[in-house]
Amino acid sequence: METVLSFLCGIMAAASIYLMLAGNIIRFIFGLVLATNAVNLLIFISGRLSSPRPPLIGEAFEVPSEAVSNALPQALILTAIVIGFALLSFVFILFYRSYQSLGTVDTEAMRFAEPVNAPVDDSGEGRAAELKGRDR
Amino acid sequence: MSWLPVLPIILPFAVAALCLTARKDFKRQQMLSMLGAMLHFGVCLALLFHVCKNGMVTSQIGDWPSPFGITLAADHLSAIMVAVTGTLSLAVMLYSTAEIKSHMIAAGYHPLMHILIGGVCGAFLTGDLFNLYVWFEVMLMASFGLLVLGQEKEQFDGGVKYVMINLFSTLLFISGLGLLYGMTGTLNMADLHLKIPGLPDKALLTGVAVIFMTAFGIKAGIFPLFFWLPVSYHTPPVAVSAILGGLLTKVGVYALIRMFTLVFTFDIAHTHGLLLIAAGFTMVTGVLGAAAFNELRRILSFHIISQVGYMVMGLALFTPLALTGAVFYLLHHMIVKANLFLISGVSRRVGGSFELSELGGFYKSRGFLALLFFIPAFSLAGFPPLSGFWAKMVLIRASLEVDAYAIAATAAVVGLLTIYSMTKIWAEAFWKPAAASGVSEISGQAETAGFWMLLPIAALAVLTLIIGLAPGPFLNMAGQAAHELLNPDIYVRAVLGGV
Repeated sequence: METVLSFLCGIMAAASIYLMLAGNIIRFIFGLVLATNAVNLLIFISGRLSSPRPPLIGEAFEVPSEAVSNALPQALILTAIVIGFALLSFVFILFYRSYQSLGTVDTEAMRFAEPVNAPVDDSGEGRAAELKGRDR
Repeated sequence: MSWLPVLPIILPFAVAALCLTARKDFKRQQMLSMLGAMLHFGVCLALLFHVCKNGMVTSQIGDWPSPFGITLAADHLSAIMVAVTGTLSLAVMLYSTAEIKSHMIAAGYHPLMHILIGGVCGAFLTGDLFNLYVWFEVMLMASFGLLVLGQEKEQFDGGVKYVMINLFSTLLFISGLGLLYGMTGTLNMADLHLKIPGLPDKALLTGVAVIFMTAFGIKAGIFPLFFWLPVSYHTPPVAVSAILGGLLTKVGVYALIRMFTLVFTFDIAHTHGLLLIAAGFTMVTGVLGAAAFNELRRILSFHIISQVGYMVMGLALFTPLALTGAVFYLLHHMIVKANLFLISGVSRRVGGSFELSELGGFYKSRGFLALLFFIPAFSLAGFPPLSGFWAKMVLIRASLEVDAYAIAATAAVVGLLTIYSMTKIWAEAFWKPAAASGVSEISGQAETAGFWMLLPIAALAVLTLIIGLAPGPFLNMAGQAAHELLNPDIYVRAVLGGV
């Protein structure tokens, strides 16, 4: 079971990186959602899927009488999910407001913080053109 | 349970909550915020004095014994970082009374700022990896909010990129954390230190170490992971720039230092060798970027990168002297860098621009400002006897001691180039006659820089001078920190109690 889940985790991570690199902030969000879940799954597998039994201890015992599932990764994941959810909602708002303000979802076209004013000169030195643009 | 390491964390959160209760009342919010910052400053200094006098102090939250509960631990390094954080937050709060407009206060400037400070202190003090992740998130969330406060185009652009890369780095961090937990079954840093030597598969562990290095490297802005930094740090209000530039990347550096002295020390040749190479490139690319630009805050942003290279170099060399240098550099750099950002705000206020070509004549018209700029700027560049000189000297000497001539030469040359770009600012903004955009225009639109803007700048400049003229006690403190970092047993014993 761990093997299957590991592969699933890998596929999710690969897909999320593909989406994040697509150069479109909407796709980035989907990539982010997928990546968050891939990471949660990774923590879950790291804790080993030892037993399906809940980690409860009978009244008469000091320690569980048989193997129980590892509760710690679940606690960690729960925290990560909550934090991830908060971040995600912030990211949605931020990206929506950016779209309203900048009028684009294409990351290549988002050059407002580092504007490119001068056209690329014929030597193809995009960097030099950018610097020239900054000098104004 | 000692309360001292808890206070620097909960105090800012309490202030943030109080500020939220006074949402409509800006005056009261400002007062609460100022009082909170002062109190926080006092608490942070108290922690530093306590640690310097009595050694490490730890606190087990809820009296759950370590490694099962959440541990807060303040050794010299943490205490120094927290003390500087308290200082900077007070300085920036003073400055922001003059800079932050009411629409930003309405958008939640004060609560966000205090949450950020609380998150930073939490990251410095925690002794638990998962807790570190949570503090990183707290800090990031607040910084996201602060970064887009003015809702301008550049801010959204810079903010989107900042958010993207930082979220990715956090995901890397938490996946590394998951893998480490899978291997060792613990996330307490002291406990990790004990468990790691017993692990069979060291190669796998090196992989995890590199994941951590990448994650913290993105936060710290080391080569080649720094590209988000110069995109975003020049867009927010100056007070925010100062706190981001002074504190946030340094949290990444701190995390690197902590992890690579306490946990990942099993394969120093590889991990620290890699860090050394990255440090060299970080210094060079950062300073070249700074030399290429002509906008004050962008130059300063690139300087952050090159300076982070020095700190990482100290970590990578991994000798007592080098780590002393790294800690001293952190201390000196945070103060100086935040101050320079604040000064850029003043020169914008009196000169109307961040662009060097549009500034000029400050030396004649604003002699006091010139003096205030001179101290941190040339300290950053490493002029004797200012604080940056001692920091660089210790680091270069440490690298010569272990025959790392290449990195020593890089550090020296980068220091020279830093002087070049600082002289550029000096020549353009201060010496050049103000004629560039017309004196009358400047004096026409110039607002006066208020007392509250200049007070924190002057205070930080004086602090820089003190560190520069009497580096002894500060170097001793850094030396203590380095001693603890290189003898993790001290940390482990303090956290786990005599194991």
